[in-house]
Amino acid sequence: MSRKLLAGIAAALVLASAGAPARAENPFIVVQSTTSTENSGLFKHLLPMFTAKTGIDVRVVAVGTGQAIKNAENGDGDVLFVHAKKSEKEFVAKGGGVKRFDVMYNDFVIIGPKADPAKIDGGKDATAALKKIAEAKAPFASRGDDSGTHKAELKLWEGAGVDVKAAGGDWYRSTGSGMGATLNTAAGMGAYVLSDRASWSAFKNKADMKIAVEGDKKLFNQYGVILVNPEKHKHVKVKEGQMFIDWLLSVEGQTAIRSFRIEGEQQFFPNAEQTAMKKAG
Amino acid sequence: MLKATETENMGHVRRTPLFPLVAKGLKYASGERALIDGLSLEIGETTRTVILGPNGAGKSLLLRLLHGLLEPDAGSITWGGEAMSGEVQARQALVFQRPTLLRRSALANLTFVLSHLPAAERTTRAHELLAAAHLEHIAATPARLLSGGEQQRLSLARALAREPDVLFLDEPSASIDPAATALIEKMIANAADDGTKIVLVTHDLGQARRLADEVVFLHQGRVTEVTPAPEFFSRPRTDPARSFVAGRLVL
Amino acid sequence: MTDFSSIFGLALGLVASGDGELYAIIALSLRVTLTAVAIGCLVGLPLGAFLAVVRFPGHGAVTALLNAFMGLPPVVVGLVVYLLLSRAGPLGVLGLLYTPTAMIIAQAVLVTPLIAALARQSLSDLHGEYDELFQSLGLSTRRKMAALIWDGRYSLSTAALAGFGRAIAEVGAVIIVGGNIEHVTRVMTTAIALETSKGDLALALALGIILMTLSLAVNAAVLSLNRTARRLAYA
Repeated sequence: MSRKLLAGIAAALVLASAGAPARAENPFIVVQSTTSTENSGLFKHLLPMFTAKTGIDVRVVAVGTGQAIKNAENGDGDVLFVHAKKSEKEFVAKGGGVKRFDVMYNDFVIIGPKADPAKIDGGKDATAALKKIAEAKAPFASRGDDSGTHKAELKLWEGAGVDVKAAGGDWYRSTGSGMGATLNTAAGMGAYVLSDRASWSAFKNKADMKIAVEGDKKLFNQYGVILVNPEKHKHVKVKEGQMFIDWLLSVEGQTAIRSFRIEGEQQFFPNAEQTAMKKAG
Repeated sequence: MLKATETENMGHVRRTPLFPLVAKGLKYASGERALIDGLSLEIGETTRTVILGPNGAGKSLLLRLLHGLLEPDAGSITWGGEAMSGEVQARQALVFQRPTLLRRSALANLTFVLSHLPAAERTTRAHELLAAAHLEHIAATPARLLSGGEQQRLSLARALAREPDVLFLDEPSASIDPAATALIEKMIANAADDGTKIVLVTHDLGQARRLADEVVFLHQGRVTEVTPAPEFFSRPRTDPARSFVAGRLVL
Repeated sequence: MTDFSSIFGLALGLVASGDGELYAIIALSLRVTLTAVAIGCLVGLPLGAFLAVVRFPGHGAVTALLNAFMGLPPVVVGLVVYLLLSRAGPLGVLGLLYTPTAMIIAQAVLVTPLIAALARQSLSDLHGEYDELFQSLGLSTRRKMAALIWDGRYSLSTAALAGFGRAIAEVGAVIIVGGNIEHVTRVMTTAIALETSKGDLALALALGIILMTLSLAVNAAVLSLNRTARRLAYA
């Protein structure tokens, strides 16, 4: 009986897979990336160009940087495209990835309610602003999910000399979710929140929130790309994955990144090294 | 019914004798209350045995014990000297007081118990059985939509479909009208004439008179007498039986 | 916030626009969930029937466990299936992670206990009715199970529908094992989650309305089929 049952289940799975859309015919790679690149619409802008040129489909799994790196460590992806330089370097050092390349940067912004209870609006100093938020005990929504943005935020608090752990559950509220969910939460409770600019620009539920602080060098946000190490995970599609990386770093890819706009505003600033650009250009 | 030839056709071989059916010192209790209380009984092959007794005497329970649906707390039941087995049970059928019919058509209720036959024969045989039960016209009707009498006939037809050597019946006409009862009794008599041993439980004196060759009288979980039918109805040997036959309250 | 009438308008507009992407997402949702429910029935109905028919030591414990598993958290199921299918996991070589098959597996795990537990419940009642007859007929366990499943099929369709409802509405498991990849593993629920995270609450709600309508349509179709067939079978 159990053999028949297994056969039935296998048949059901095969039938279901047979009905898969025809687009599965293209070769494809899996890119572990972050919500900011996906939700902002950057990938929607870039990937059709790459696919048109190479015939390779790119399947993006958009999660927090922390989870993306974990997934890549498990070999569940060919390319890692995230924004937490320190963690990325550790990932390469531990043998998870082949080599890390800078691709582009954008910046973080501190978003706050228009009422501005901590009086930080228009400031240029991120750490000073955070200090004021802590002093005012104004609500602050944190990603709390080990993402690139979360890591950047923790670093800023450290710089401000504020122990957010102690304030957890009080004015400091860790949502443990993605950028969009955290922005929704902040909008709902009139909290300050750190976001990458692209996610904020593309975010549609802005309610009565606006950018309070921007332009601080400390808010710089670098994105990197890494090929998952084929020596560790044999199935990694080295050729296709490397083609994607080379294209991102090439003049063509960098131009494509530069040309991505939300409401007329450039979101990501390409900064791949010249040597890499020449190689692939 | 052409039982003998049909039996040959189906390749059934009559195996070891089932009789005498002997029950010794049976006990069955529900909680503190002994429902069958040290009952002993011997039943032979050739007769139509009617188990008679007032309500609560333990008749239905005795039938279930004999058929193996229940295990006695104490005592033994042997068939031709052998203990009850799957093989022995397979040669018996039981018609319940309230017919338990599958949620299927009348025909499908019969084909269900004819699974040992090839599919084509199964349907043919089921139709024969329906005809014998005067149910041919409702073959396709859902069994649960049949009248009480039709349901009981179908239930009986299903029991006969198994070609049992022993047919147990538990008050088969307790809740149906006289005309339907007559049809049922005719089917039972036919089965008996074809050589099927009948063991029927009833509290209906009229039915007992019409069908019994011998009467087992049950009172308070014990057998008070086993008597040939004519003698039982004219001169019952025990007091409770005398009261019962006279239509008085049995104490 | 956007008012509800405009969201209904948006939902209608989406459906009417004949947007291929939307229909592909709906089709994938149905394919994944219906396959998962089919597998759930294939395993769950016999399992439920077995528990209804057979008594064995530990029967109560198994039943209690099954009932508890009705409430399996989708995220936990998603995580476990992820760990199994991940390249680093025991079934990694199959390369199933981030495919519809992975989503089907996760949802099947999610709905099988639910279908089994509901099947056990309704078939136990039926078995109570048939038990003496089955015993008298000396049926094998297998035939008893088959007869119960067949005769109980109309009430079992409710169990299947419950499984469908749980699977089609579930996001926690499929987003982990499917990855919400556009054109590949994006289904209604993960699309809703995505639009919510983009802050496009109106679009998310419109998709939600479409999903609920879809679910309602499937339920209505099954129930009306059921009623017709049942009337024909035994009323």
